[in-house]
Amino acid sequence: MDIIAAALPMLVKGLQVTLYIFVIAIILGFLIGLVVALLRLAPIKILNWIAKIYVDAIRGTPFIVQLFFIYFGVNSLNIISLNSTTAGIITVAINAGAYFAEIIRAGIQSIDKGQTEAARSIGFTGTQTMRYVVLPQAFRRMLPTITNQSIISLKDTSLLSVIGIADLTQQGQIQASATFEAFKIWLVVGVIYFIIIYLITLIANFIERRVQVR
Amino acid sequence: MSIITVKNLRKSFGAVEVLKDINAEVQEKEVICVIGPSGSGKSTFLRCLNLLEEVTGGEVIVNGHNITDPKGKININKVRQEVGMVFQHFNLFPHKTVLENITLGPIKIRATEKAEAGKLALELLDKVGLREKANSYPGELSGGQKQRVAIARALAMNPKIMLFDEPTSALDPEMVGDVLEVMKQLAKEGMTMVVVTHEMGFAREVGDRVIFMDGGYIVEENEPGELFGNPQHERTKSFLGKVL
Repeated sequence: MDIIAAALPMLVKGLQVTLYIFVIAIILGFLIGLVVALLRLAPIKILNWIAKIYVDAIRGTPFIVQLFFIYFGVNSLNIISLNSTTAGIITVAINAGAYFAEIIRAGIQSIDKGQTEAARSIGFTGTQTMRYVVLPQAFRRMLPTITNQSIISLKDTSLLSVIGIADLTQQGQIQASATFEAFKIWLVVGVIYFIIIYLITLIANFIERRVQVR
Repeated sequence: MSIITVKNLRKSFGAVEVLKDINAEVQEKEVICVIGPSGSGKSTFLRCLNLLEEVTGGEVIVNGHNITDPKGKININKVRQEVGMVFQHFNLFPHKTVLENITLGPIKIRATEKAEAGKLALELLDKVGLREKANSYPGELSGGQKQRVAIARALAMNPKIMLFDEPTSALDPEMVGDVLEVMKQLAKEGMTMVVVTHEMGFAREVGDRVIFMDGGYIVEENEPGELFGNPQHERTKSFLGKVL
């Protein structure tokens, strides 16, 4: 018990880093996803292609390769210099963005064409139709899958420890080697991840109930 | 002066030509009923009137605007504000209450004050007999009620023309009467209406003119008494023989 109590402050510090990166990256990722989904559905071929290439490239490569590409690869060009936290946030965001794009695209396409026609017949522009009629309905349908992807992205942040970010996993590593109590430390780290993810699930369920279409 | 003029209208979906050289005029305050078998192109014709379908050829002039002008100078969204449309499957916005369905257009497009839009919406709900449903969601309404809300939603933009695309075809038989009653009332008030319908009784009673379509053509058009009582074309006779 002493070992855990001694390690806990550092683990909590790591958790703060994890959450900080997660929250920023997931918001950015969602915005990227929204834009890419709209590009994917835009009536302009070249935009569709750009969006599709992005999604395929991200889905077709491992997260860790994307991370190394951005942190080591991009930095090696000496054009910009990304610190590890920035590189981590960018990687999680563009990774999640590709998956969000597909979720949002599917959500938009699942809304009956009649909804768009009704809105357009009233005189709404395409953008207004998206904003007031299609997206609000689509988001309700997407919520479970959005939650799912957010949880996956949170777990992906544990891979950021390999570029030296002092997140929860990295702190676990440090504590485990310092104390030689790998079993206990990793058990605690696992429990902390589990609790956070469980909380996200609860919040998502709450939102889902609140916005349910009657 | 006619409020809708259609000249040599053609519409193809891929290789299939659905409308072949349609010519028609609608006068102000006129109620036109369009009848014909499934696949005759009558719904497509109606949807060309507010450009829900892009036309392949010809002209559609609505309220003085040539909406098919290839140079595209007309703001179609503006034109559509003056042309209400009612769909077979209602297409109410399920995430909004009945009242919000009706006020969304006026508030977002016309920048009407929320309170004023609400007041107008309640008046319209009175008109269609559904004031008590103002705070319900579409999912809580019957088909007939949904369709009456859809009519109120279209009317909220204060349109000059109303298009009806088989408004009673998806309804239980006992709900049809309420919807037709609202439409009759509208016709009486002088609304210009184009109604695609299978309700021959309505066409006969309310229509000023009836258009019979088949195979992408207007086969025959006449005042209802003549068209139903004394059809000129074989195709019209055989269609009416089957449905009357």
